[in-house]
Amino acid sequence: MDLVLELQGVSKHYPTHQAVNEISFAVERGAFFALLGPSGCGKTTTLRLVAGFEEATAGDISLNGRSINQLKPYERNVNTVFQNYALFPHLTVRGNVEFGLRQQGADQLAKKVRDVLDLVQLSGKDDRFPAQLSGGERQRVALARSLVLQPDVLLLDEPLAALDPNLRKQVRGELKSLQRRVGTTFLFVTHDQEEALSLSDQIAVMNKGLLEQVGTPEDVYLRPRTRFVAGFLGAVNWIDGIGVRPEATRISRTADGERCISATVRSSVFLGNCFQVETVCRDGQCVVAEVPRLDGSFAPGEPVHLWWDPADELRL
Amino acid sequence: MTQLRRLFLAPAGVIMGVLFLVPLAIMLAYSFLTRGAYGGVTAEVTGDNYQRVFDPLYAAILLRTFVMAGTATLGCLVLGFPLALFISRAGPRKNLYLQLVILPFWTSFLIRTYAWMFLLRDTGLINSALLAAGLVHQPLPLLYNEGAVFVGLVYGYLPFVVLPLYATLERLDKNLLEAAADLGARPWVTLTRVMIPLCAPGFRAGALLVFIPCLGAYLTPDLLGGSKTVMVGNVIQNQFTTARDWPFGSAVSLLLMAIVMVLLMLLIRRGGEKLV
Repeated sequence: MDLVLELQGVSKHYPTHQAVNEISFAVERGAFFALLGPSGCGKTTTLRLVAGFEEATAGDISLNGRSINQLKPYERNVNTVFQNYALFPHLTVRGNVEFGLRQQGADQLAKKVRDVLDLVQLSGKDDRFPAQLSGGERQRVALARSLVLQPDVLLLDEPLAALDPNLRKQVRGELKSLQRRVGTTFLFVTHDQEEALSLSDQIAVMNKGLLEQVGTPEDVYLRPRTRFVAGFLGAVNWIDGIGVRPEATRISRTADGERCISATVRSSVFLGNCFQVETVCRDGQCVVAEVPRLDGSFAPGEPVHLWWDPADELRL
Repeated sequence: MTQLRRLFLAPAGVIMGVLFLVPLAIMLAYSFLTRGAYGGVTAEVTGDNYQRVFDPLYAAILLRTFVMAGTATLGCLVLGFPLALFISRAGPRKNLYLQLVILPFWTSFLIRTYAWMFLLRDTGLINSALLAAGLVHQPLPLLYNEGAVFVGLVYGYLPFVVLPLYATLERLDKNLLEAAADLGARPWVTLTRVMIPLCAPGFRAGALLVFIPCLGAYLTPDLLGGSKTVMVGNVIQNQFTTARDWPFGSAVSLLLMAIVMVLLMLLIRRGGEKLV
């Protein structure tokens, strides 16, 4: 395995609270790696530690096997796409993209700028100022400005959060294909589990400054190691300590098999591709099932039987 | 409705008219009249007063005034920016430091200028200390020259630069500074290529707030500059007092005002944004 970035027991303590607590994970070269968690879980702090904006209280961060703890942000070969993009308002698109290249003393500036603007489909907008661009265009400038420096790791802080919701899904696809094309390692922070699942090769789920689990999207969704991970990545029915996702919870009118649980339908909501059926078991527990539209609907008050494939149980 | 509006705007109109427009009109009228024998004016219309301003003697004073005001403004900006930066990064002490910047205003400008005389004169604090330390054998000529006027002006107007610069620095998106460092810029580059350009509105506002009053300064050059370092403010003051030439004083005043207004308009047009 070719690891580009490694965190070992990294902590960041502030006088008032502990933002990050002894987290360790490794990112493979070329991967799309997500740091997922609710707000205040320490994911952005972790990103800032890697960028060098914050100094770790303890632990070690290494890039290409070399410790970068002591390096200033401008000495680390990682670049950041900020949540608000942080484009220099007094510089044009070209000026923004050239900024980092000039610090490196790079040659062939014009060609490099042209190539990267082609890559993010911003050709011809070189002379615009950030204020003259749309949100999506600004994001692409931020990407171009960082990618042109060919960082070992590109850090993205909630890259889609500032975009219009309609645009978000489209940009998500573009971001993924861009990453595949350039092959740069992306480490991105998000609180949106759908975003993390759809984009990432690996997801690190964080909660309250702790790393809960690292794994592929399937791992964290289907094989969560903690109750928090199970709940954060999607809805879960907890039945006698066993977790079952609503889409794996089956409903039938007739009892068959020994694993059946009797319940009564409380409500059924049409969601287009499925019905979300809320049922109440005998012991008063509420269980939600997603029933494909083609399987028909259930009426409130109807007695039903709940069952699931043991393979679909979430084993913590 | 319009009547009511007019009624409410009337007091402001009266104040503007009586305290601003009428005096200005009087000055304008005087500037085209001839001086009276014992001050005042006689009703003899002439354009000589304006011509006299371009007499080499006065033109030189005017030029010196602009150079002095310009260098003082530059001095204020150079000293004021680091101070404003320091205050904006002072965390919980910010307010204390801002108070300290404003503190001198609690004392009369006249007294503060006298205080500088006590510091700079031959038997003043600085020279006494230097002599006592054996660093010099003759008092340094610190007072009554352009250097003293420069020091006095910079000292007097420094707060007017610090405050707008501080306001701009406070509004500065910290992410931009991080972004610069992230893109490989060392602190010096971040300062010169990102922070200072982004503070341009603050620099412009501060420069204006210093340059214009410096053009009209008369107390500082009078007290610290002695007879050799006359600025246009002193010329105007003289015309209304000892020289008793009100028409010429009016002409110089109006010309100075016209120059300031033209500069202001140019600056506003170029800046395109609100000042302060």
